[in-house]
Amino acid sequence: MLDLVIFLPLLAAALLAVPGVSARWVWLGATAVDLALVVAMWLGYDGGIGYETRLRWIPSVGAGYHVGVDGLSLPLIAMTAVLFLLCAVYSWRETRRPRSYAALFLFLQTVSIGLFAALDLLVFFVFFDLSIVGMYFVIAGWGHGDRARSALKFFLYTFLGSLALLLGFIGLYLGGGTFDMVELIAEPPVVPAVVLLAIGVGLAVKTPTVPFHTWLPPAHTDAPAAGSAILAGVLLKMGTYGFARIAMPMLPEAWRAYAWVIIAVGVASVLYGALVALAQDDLKRLIAYTSVNHMGYIVLALGAAGLAPGAGRARELAVSGAVTQMVSHGLITGALFLLTGVLWDRARSYDIGRYGGIAGTAPVFTAMVAVAAFASLGLPGLSGFIAEFQIFTGVIGAGAVVAGVLAILGILITAALLLRVFHRAFLGAPGELQVSDVRPRELMAVAPLLVLSLVIGLAPRWLLDLVEPFSAALVSLVSR
Amino acid sequence: MIWILPTAVGALLLLVRRAPRATAVSTAAATLALAVWAAVTRPATSFPLIFTSGFSVDGLAAVMVVTVAAVALAVLVFATGELREARFYGLMLIFVGAMLATVTATELTVLLMGWEVMGAMSYALIGYWWRDGDRVTSAGVAFVTTRAGDLGLYVAAGAAFAAFTTGGTSGQVLGLAALPELPQPWRDLVAGGIVLAALGKSAQLPFSFWLSRAMAGPSPVSALLHSATMVAAGAYLLLRVEPLLAATGWAGPLVAWVGGLTALLLGGVALAQRDLKQLLAASTCAQLGFMVMGSVAGGAAHLVAHAAVKSLLFLGAGAWLTALGTKDLSELRGAGRRYPVVGVSFAVGALALAGLPPLSLWVTKDSVLAAVHDPWLHAVGLAAGALSAAYAGRALVAVWRGSRSDGRPAETLSWAPLPVLAAGAAVLGVVGLPAVWAWWSGLVGDPGAARVDAGSLALSGALAAAAVLTALVRLPEPRVLTGWLGLEAAARAVLWRPLLALARGAAWFDDRVLDGAVEAVPRLGMAAARLARTPFEMGVDGVVRAVGGAAMGLGRLARRPQTGQVHTYLAQAAVGLIILAVAIVLVR
Repeated sequence: MLDLVIFLPLLAAALLAVPGVSARWVWLGATAVDLALVVAMWLGYDGGIGYETRLRWIPSVGAGYHVGVDGLSLPLIAMTAVLFLLCAVYSWRETRRPRSYAALFLFLQTVSIGLFAALDLLVFFVFFDLSIVGMYFVIAGWGHGDRARSALKFFLYTFLGSLALLLGFIGLYLGGGTFDMVELIAEPPVVPAVVLLAIGVGLAVKTPTVPFHTWLPPAHTDAPAAGSAILAGVLLKMGTYGFARIAMPMLPEAWRAYAWVIIAVGVASVLYGALVALAQDDLKRLIAYTSVNHMGYIVLALGAAGLAPGAGRARELAVSGAVTQMVSHGLITGALFLLTGVLWDRARSYDIGRYGGIAGTAPVFTAMVAVAAFASLGLPGLSGFIAEFQIFTGVIGAGAVVAGVLAILGILITAALLLRVFHRAFLGAPGELQVSDVRPRELMAVAPLLVLSLVIGLAPRWLLDLVEPFSAALVSLVSR
Repeated sequence: MIWILPTAVGALLLLVRRAPRATAVSTAAATLALAVWAAVTRPATSFPLIFTSGFSVDGLAAVMVVTVAAVALAVLVFATGELREARFYGLMLIFVGAMLATVTATELTVLLMGWEVMGAMSYALIGYWWRDGDRVTSAGVAFVTTRAGDLGLYVAAGAAFAAFTTGGTSGQVLGLAALPELPQPWRDLVAGGIVLAALGKSAQLPFSFWLSRAMAGPSPVSALLHSATMVAAGAYLLLRVEPLLAATGWAGPLVAWVGGLTALLLGGVALAQRDLKQLLAASTCAQLGFMVMGSVAGGAAHLVAHAAVKSLLFLGAGAWLTALGTKDLSELRGAGRRYPVVGVSFAVGALALAGLPPLSLWVTKDSVLAAVHDPWLHAVGLAAGALSAAYAGRALVAVWRGSRSDGRPAETLSWAPLPVLAAGAAVLGVVGLPAVWAWWSGLVGDPGAARVDAGSLALSGALAAAAVLTALVRLPEPRVLTGWLGLEAAARAVLWRPLLALARGAAWFDDRVLDGAVEAVPRLGMAAARLARTPFEMGVDGVVRAVGGAAMGLGRLARRPQTGQVHTYLAQAAVGLIILAVAIVLVR
């Protein structure tokens, strides 16, 4: 079933090669069926590694096609499936080469779900690199502004990161004699700490954390709205997912030894991302920097999970918070980027200063932006709070009091900056550019994301019950 | 779980927008009925959220839910005369729901949730008239300032959790009841965080300025925000965690002194205002200061009585604002006689605020001070009480002297809550009677709280009466007091502008230094490529080209004799033969 979930979008993309097939119906149908299958998988999941498949591939180096899901990958796969479906809805009226566009997104969906399900380092790496290729074409082919340059920068920077990651994987192989993740986790390879450095840098570029984040703002600014939503919602998670799936359980000693470095990087990302976002005038750049801030919370929490033994519950809480934040950020930032697409569609500008009083002409649009912005600043009742509250509580509980308090300052800065944007563009006197209200397809694409965020914010147990066993397992693995 | 009713209906109103006024008022009435029922039956519930969370109604919570629901109903009835939009009623109902959740929460997670949602709703309501940029700025200032305090609750939750995971403390995780027993140093951190959050929410020094900004919203919003929600949440929280504050030793006196100084200084600010709503706002800060100075029983009594008084006064000010179009004290001349229902109700409220016998705040303020044993703080409290009397008198004189006949016709239905609230403002002082006091202090969980004695009551009553009379003379209005002590300007200068400057610096650093370094890498690569091309590629390529060029040259040279003309060939052959012959001769 998992294999079908992974490859169904790719099969649909192949179907698009047949002339006369409606691209948007195939796209929508495939993503809808895929989401239904993921829901079925979620309902049928009963702990441990579920829906495992293992095939021979390159037995000489101990690499095989090995996939499965657990409490970390299942929520991310579900979030991915939701986001791709809604991007299909959002792009219903795409007029520029719709067939290739749909095929590219379907390809990216296979790649993303495959990555979150991969249990073999080489499979992971292949999907990791293919995601870069796919997104390169999305930005270069359907972007706007200085798209070729941004796409190239995105490609080269993240590709360089993936090379560091590959070096790290080879280090793990040399230490452990296999590329199989389950075996490497069961018996962590004995390797020097420089392997963690290689893997850490590779994943930090993708996440991205300070100081490896400068590819993100131009990539977002020039990408199409749906591309930005996937980039921020799904592709960034590949970095933090890698930390939790690979770096922590396979290199527990090094992770513990350098936990304070990870924590420092996390706190720096939180504060620096928020500060730089505060000074932005371009809405998409601003959201991109808040992503740096939000991903910083995840890195901070995962770092705190490597603190000295004792306070095990607090470290588990931090990990649960990190996973919740991955899902929550996907939903909220996905929504925010799709909403900025409305602005671009109406007025071809992301310049906050040229808008004003949008609430007058577009009340529904404004209401949705308000909900998304308050979700992004961590308002209780929405998913961001559930994630961040667990992270703060877990980090302080694990003993990193100063780091926790500094990170908490981040939510004040994000509150100030998001309200500032909201005031400048949406409230007050009318601005230079006019914006008409959302169309049905835009409403249908964004509203489910906000509703999901609300559901997680009010009743998070269905998600946390899935995540918490994973958190407990990860903390015990990293404490070995 | 009575918070669900207003919250759900409020959310529904925001989505559906049908018959907002009838829906809101009937929901508020149902909520009041539920609150009374809850106060009698004392329900409790618990459920898993992140940890095991819960809501329960104990004595203090019972007092709060009834107060909140009653004031909310009064305010919403009043609002029907002024506002029609579903957005307003939806937000107000969620605002009330969040407050109800806060006061019934048994655990920090849900308390924080109600607490912050309340802040967000206050943002939306203060900035309700969003086309006016100033009002939106006010809303933002209010939200960000209170959230700065809220950070304390996040820290407190983290510290409490640290204590729970390491200290082996039993009981509900993050439960409010277990906080006083937390091991050190966590207990101090928890207390500090909670105090910070509560002072921010209740607009005590140095946070007071946001309450001045909160006046930008419609009058019913002010009436609710200043009496039974928002600021009251801060005072409630301090009353709720009084055992924790007492356990730390330092937190109780700290809070009492901050409260006392706020009561004194903001009392002075209130006295210097020329705008009725601003006067009332500053007075809210000052009265909230009293609530946190003394015993739980005294504070709770003052909270309830003040809720009735202050919602009444704000509704009165709002009624005149709508009817006469002004809230300036000098322009409200004759307003009391022009609209006697409002005028008389307002007068009762103002006299109660002044602390005149036998009205409510006279008793409750002295009940608070009865538990203040530090003589200096007690003196501060008395002085602050005299200031209350002075500014209340000033407001009263402003609206009752003279007469006028302009303005819109009086409302009947929507002004009906005013006399009801006035009755509450008048009689709630019965709490000071010995039998009632014993019941009351037991109800709010503070049995044996010091009861006020007759001597103090007589003294403060006389003091208040004397101070009210100062309203008849003109007092100086120092600019530092009219400008709310310059608190907002200070916060902007010390925190906000440096933060913006830091942000711009960080953005510059990001673009120029960090991204500059990244961009330099491909430039460096291209430069290296050019370098490789000029000497090396060109060098190697040059040799190849030179060889090729030479061959071509030779070829051209070789082609030149091939002219196709016989005489040339003959000449060439002859020359060749001659050379050959010469060579043979020479070689031999």
